[in-house]
Amino acid sequence: MSIHATKELQAYWKENLVIIVVHLAIWFFVSFLCGIMIADQLDGYMLGGFPLGFWFANQGSMITFVILIWTYVYMMNNLDKKYDVHEG
Amino acid sequence: MSILTWTWILTGLSFALYIYIAYASRAKSTGDFYAAEQSVPPILNGMATGADWMSAASFISMAGLISFMGRDGSFYLMGWTGGYVLLAMLFGPYLRKYGKFTIPQFMGDRYYSNSIRVLSLICAIFVSFTYVAGQMRGVGVVFSRFMGVSINMGVIIGMALVFFYATLGGMKGITYTQVAQYCVLICAYMVPAVFISMQLTGNPIPQLGMGSTVTAGGAALLNHPELQGHYLLDVLNGIQKDLGFAAYTSGVRPRIDVWFITMSLMIGTAGLPHILIRFFTVPKMRDARSSAGYALLFIAILYTTAPAIAVFARTNFIKSINNVRYEDAPSWFKNWEKTGLVGWKDKNGDGIMQIAKGSEKDPKSANEVKIDRDIMVLANPEIAKLPNWVVGLIGAGGLAAALSTAAGLLLVISAAISHDLMKGIVKPDMSEKEELLWARAGAGVAVCIAGLFGIYPPGFVAQVVAFAFGLAAASFFPCILMGIFNKKANKEGALVGMFVGIIFVTAYIVYFKFVNPAFNNKDHWWFGISPEGIGTVGAALNFICMYVVGKFTPEPPQEIQDLVGSLRYPGKLVVPPSAH
Repeated sequence: MSIHATKELQAYWKENLVIIVVHLAIWFFVSFLCGIMIADQLDGYMLGGFPLGFWFANQGSMITFVILIWTYVYMMNNLDKKYDVHEG
Repeated sequence: MSILTWTWILTGLSFALYIYIAYASRAKSTGDFYAAEQSVPPILNGMATGADWMSAASFISMAGLISFMGRDGSFYLMGWTGGYVLLAMLFGPYLRKYGKFTIPQFMGDRYYSNSIRVLSLICAIFVSFTYVAGQMRGVGVVFSRFMGVSINMGVIIGMALVFFYATLGGMKGITYTQVAQYCVLICAYMVPAVFISMQLTGNPIPQLGMGSTVTAGGAALLNHPELQGHYLLDVLNGIQKDLGFAAYTSGVRPRIDVWFITMSLMIGTAGLPHILIRFFTVPKMRDARSSAGYALLFIAILYTTAPAIAVFARTNFIKSINNVRYEDAPSWFKNWEKTGLVGWKDKNGDGIMQIAKGSEKDPKSANEVKIDRDIMVLANPEIAKLPNWVVGLIGAGGLAAALSTAAGLLLVISAAISHDLMKGIVKPDMSEKEELLWARAGAGVAVCIAGLFGIYPPGFVAQVVAFAFGLAAASFFPCILMGIFNKKANKEGALVGMFVGIIFVTAYIVYFKFVNPAFNNKDHWWFGISPEGIGTVGAALNFICMYVVGKFTPEPPQEIQDLVGSLRYPGKLVVPPSAH
């Protein structure tokens, strides 16, 4: 058995993978779905002066990307502490 | 003071700052030269990554490009930012844990193969040279437009500066100059945008101004008082329709193509060596995550402003030029006419400038006005009648954007030559001092070649930028991803996958761009995917090959699987003696 395959480290990695999948699902939703595939339908709704699909393509997706990275940073820092693998 | 004086003062000051920083942070060891001794604080690494990433094209051309494309142009916005989400979650932290210096080195170690290391270093050099050619040209163009220097002289000045700080400081010098360059370029981009947003909509935040209503002052600026109180985007949509264009906020390009281009740009971003190596420079794994967060935040400030500038500039431009008598044209139009970026050809002989669909050169089109896309950023401050120092700032900002990107790319080339080729393969017993000499020589030679590309631009440069992203997407992205997330990914699979990905993308792009350009339209593309988006398909083929070949060939040795395991969590590896 690999020295890296202790139960704790495997559990840590699994939790990391779940967090990544959830984040990437949102990443895909705001850009490829809202910004491209269903943008025309969303354009029927307005967000202030922006048609909604246009807003996702021009601003909303990028704002969401920034938020996504920071929630990932926050969740992983907690996870590092939970499994006691955090650095210094 | 005149625009020219301001440009010289601001550019001179910024250059003096870069030289001082480079001297203060010169490299003493190879660790310094390749990875700044892994001591860069994440927030500064974020700024350096931002400057590394935002090139002459992002700064000068992107807003203009988008202003002509409307919503279709958003694949640049999403594609060139979305890759950072992938970098933060899939690559950055694990590459930092690996802790060595170059991407070819990671590939060679992970896939226990020198052939893969060589293949990767060829890809890294090719991708970086394609990219750097445009930057040096950009430096020359900014010099010639703002400072009355010839393009070639501008390229030589830029070369001398990059030569100085790249060979002296390596990654360390480059990082800290990039931090300064980020500050210069973001100020230069934001100041005019804030002013114009205030003038048109009364909102100082351009991102919000873009979705606001036109104020009385804004309507007066547009010469149409009746527009007051209307949403700016509605006004622009109306203008577009009147002139026979599609509505600005609608997309006309096939969605499948937009989808594939966006994906190709995103995974290409995540596979570009000059961005990946930035994650080697921070102290810890958690810093790699947060520096990706800072990087995207700093990039998004410019990238969310670009579409706002596109809307302001397009509205302003059309309203102040269309159906105006040439003698009454604003002074900026006549100033920029000399550079050939704007022009007017009175086809119907009525002395009035008319904008319509089509090219001004096409006798069948009613369009009489030539508009180069770069004008949207370059002339923006003059169009909005801003003070001369703001105009001067644009020159310094454009130079900062071009020089910072060029330096990052040159470092990849230099490290590929000294660390991967010379130290890694040709002469492994080389001393550190000798390696450092090779690294400096490599950087020096690379600067000269890049400068030659700037002075004698090969006609195919614009054609091959798509190539850089497609190649990074089809070669590095799948192999690094599988290398971290699948312990069983092996040498044979990676070799076949890389070859198939590279050959497929190369063949597709070369066919449509060079062999048969007449066929480069959606009727002939496979499934309607343009050469710009084909990297996505190349990456998928690479994944499939890696998986299938890996099934039928031996799995990697235990120590490689252990190496992959060790990348996946922070902290030092503690091996109990009994484990051996």
